[in-house]
Amino acid sequence: MAVPFTVSNPAGAIMRIRKQTDFFSGLMFITVGLGFSLVARGYTMGTAARMGPGYFPFWLGIVLALLGAVVAIGAMSPKGESDRLARWDLRTVLWVLGSVVLFGLVLKPLGMVLSVILLVLIASMASHEFTWRGALLNAAVLVVISLVAFVYGINLQMPVWPAFLSA
Amino acid sequence: MELLNHLALGFSTALSLQNLAYALLGCVLGTLIGVLPGLGPLATIAMLLPITYTLPPVAALIMLAGIYYGAQYGGSTTAILVNLPGESSSVVTTLDGYQMARKGRAGVALATAGLGSFFAGSVATLILAAFATPLSELAFKFGPAEYFSLMVLGLIGAVVLASGSLVKAVAMIVLGLLIGLIGTDVNSGVARFSFDVPELTDGINITGLAMGLFGFAEIIVNLEQRESRETFTDRVTNLFPTREDFRRMIPAVLRGTALGSALGVLPGGGASLSSFAAYSLEKKTSQHPHEFGKGAIEGVAGPESANNAAAQTSFIPLLTLGIPSNAVMALMVGAMTIHNIQPGPQVMTSNPSLFWGLIASMWIGNLTLVILNLPLIGIWVKLLKVPYRFLYPAILTFCCIGVYSVNNTVFDVFVAAACGMIGYVFMKLRCEPAPLLLGFVLGPMMEENFRRTLLLSRGDFHVFIERPLSLGLLVAAAALVAVVALPAVKAKREEAFQDE
Repeated sequence: MAVPFTVSNPAGAIMRIRKQTDFFSGLMFITVGLGFSLVARGYTMGTAARMGPGYFPFWLGIVLALLGAVVAIGAMSPKGESDRLARWDLRTVLWVLGSVVLFGLVLKPLGMVLSVILLVLIASMASHEFTWRGALLNAAVLVVISLVAFVYGINLQMPVWPAFLSA
Repeated sequence: MELLNHLALGFSTALSLQNLAYALLGCVLGTLIGVLPGLGPLATIAMLLPITYTLPPVAALIMLAGIYYGAQYGGSTTAILVNLPGESSSVVTTLDGYQMARKGRAGVALATAGLGSFFAGSVATLILAAFATPLSELAFKFGPAEYFSLMVLGLIGAVVLASGSLVKAVAMIVLGLLIGLIGTDVNSGVARFSFDVPELTDGINITGLAMGLFGFAEIIVNLEQRESRETFTDRVTNLFPTREDFRRMIPAVLRGTALGSALGVLPGGGASLSSFAAYSLEKKTSQHPHEFGKGAIEGVAGPESANNAAAQTSFIPLLTLGIPSNAVMALMVGAMTIHNIQPGPQVMTSNPSLFWGLIASMWIGNLTLVILNLPLIGIWVKLLKVPYRFLYPAILTFCCIGVYSVNNTVFDVFVAAACGMIGYVFMKLRCEPAPLLLGFVLGPMMEENFRRTLLLSRGDFHVFIERPLSLGLLVAAAALVAVVALPAVKAKREEAFQDE
């Protein structure tokens, strides 16, 4: 993001966002706060003496949005240090969290052993030092540890082998 | 005398062969995971929580206490050997501990941290035992208004003393409170914010939340940073401090213990503030201030004792008032709730063997660390040599299996993945996730007490300032905010957190 962010205020003047992390945090708080409040309005509000399920979350959401506004406005103050959003490494995020989601998807049908192998292999791709040999070896070791510690050791209940084999 | 009887009951519980074994196992596992670079106590405890779910309640809490101390000790080890603080409380340890390691005195630094922590832990255990009864009695005088105000004070205290931007931290608490409200409302039975997803009616699982926010997000950030760090793993030979080391270390340990015990009791005080405070105290009182930052043994002994003492005394608000004072304590609440124990003043009377057993096992956990971990340091150090590309898939595997096993549902695995993404966004936006966890745990409790207060007062908000205890707590919270907002204090505070 090479271009500095700018917003225009009602007067038409351009204000510089000095602290990008704070500005976007503020926006996030405002959005999430208003979101919670909006959904909470769908529940019974009640009165202060007899609060419905919507009362507390509604006002809490408003408070969050206000705090977000304070943070976002503070980010435009000419005083204080400025910063920029750090680079987002979406590749790493995708490999790591993708492997976790995949584990969740295949655990029931394929069982723990195959799921762990998939998890380890895919997660390992996130590293810039990835080698197939290392990842396969690691997967084998971790399958053995998981079997010994979790399945036989503390007797966790989970499918170990694929459903079509044990059926 | 009563104190001794209580402690005797505690030790007779904690010293049963089975409970002792769990304390040992907890310590070993806690150290094992805690020593891994980039995994702080919070992530470690989140990872190991599921293991304790299958145990009986007393054993589970005892094992958790072991994990807690192990994780803290593991964190100090990484701080000293790799210059990589697992959490903010060991940041200070890296300053002089790592320098000692560079001079070939890694063993002495580790022993100092271990011995100092043990001494501090022992003293703090006694303080905890002594304060537990009177504070619990005070807690019984609390009505819902007082509880609500106390939680406000606790939450404000937690962020005032923590690092970073105050407004952002408060916003993170509020966000946590809101996330904590997801699920079925106990009063009306309405499923809130569940969007017709049946799994969400039970609320978000705390294990998944903590693992995602702290475990997964940290892994991703660690993978992004490709710089290599110099580790001093071959030079851990001479463990025992010399006579001169002892002479310089003992006063520092005593000062650190006193400071840490006092600060730990404060709502939100706890480990990180006390280690910073202890470090500056040592630097100010030292006869060799120029040595600080270059491997002064006081710079390890003081903060390490202080953070362990504070870690111990921060159990006081949790066990007597039922209010967690930091994110680790919030996880403890989560663990207790799973065993159907509602932390608070009633635990001590309704389940004395659990209460005192837990306190005794903390001391045992500390002792185990000294006699077991110091000799075993070589093994932990070998773990540091395992390349990260093998470590993080292992961490992911244990997290996934662990989070699945809590409720035997893959939904929690997806929750953890989602929280990992959210945690990554927080890190990029420089939002500290620890206050969120605290809010998450307190959310339902706060709403419940808020509702009850206003029900009793027929909707009159003045009740919070009309009851003297409640007013006092709120004034204290406001005073904390005011003090931090003072320009002079603000500058000092920013200076103190600059090293992070």
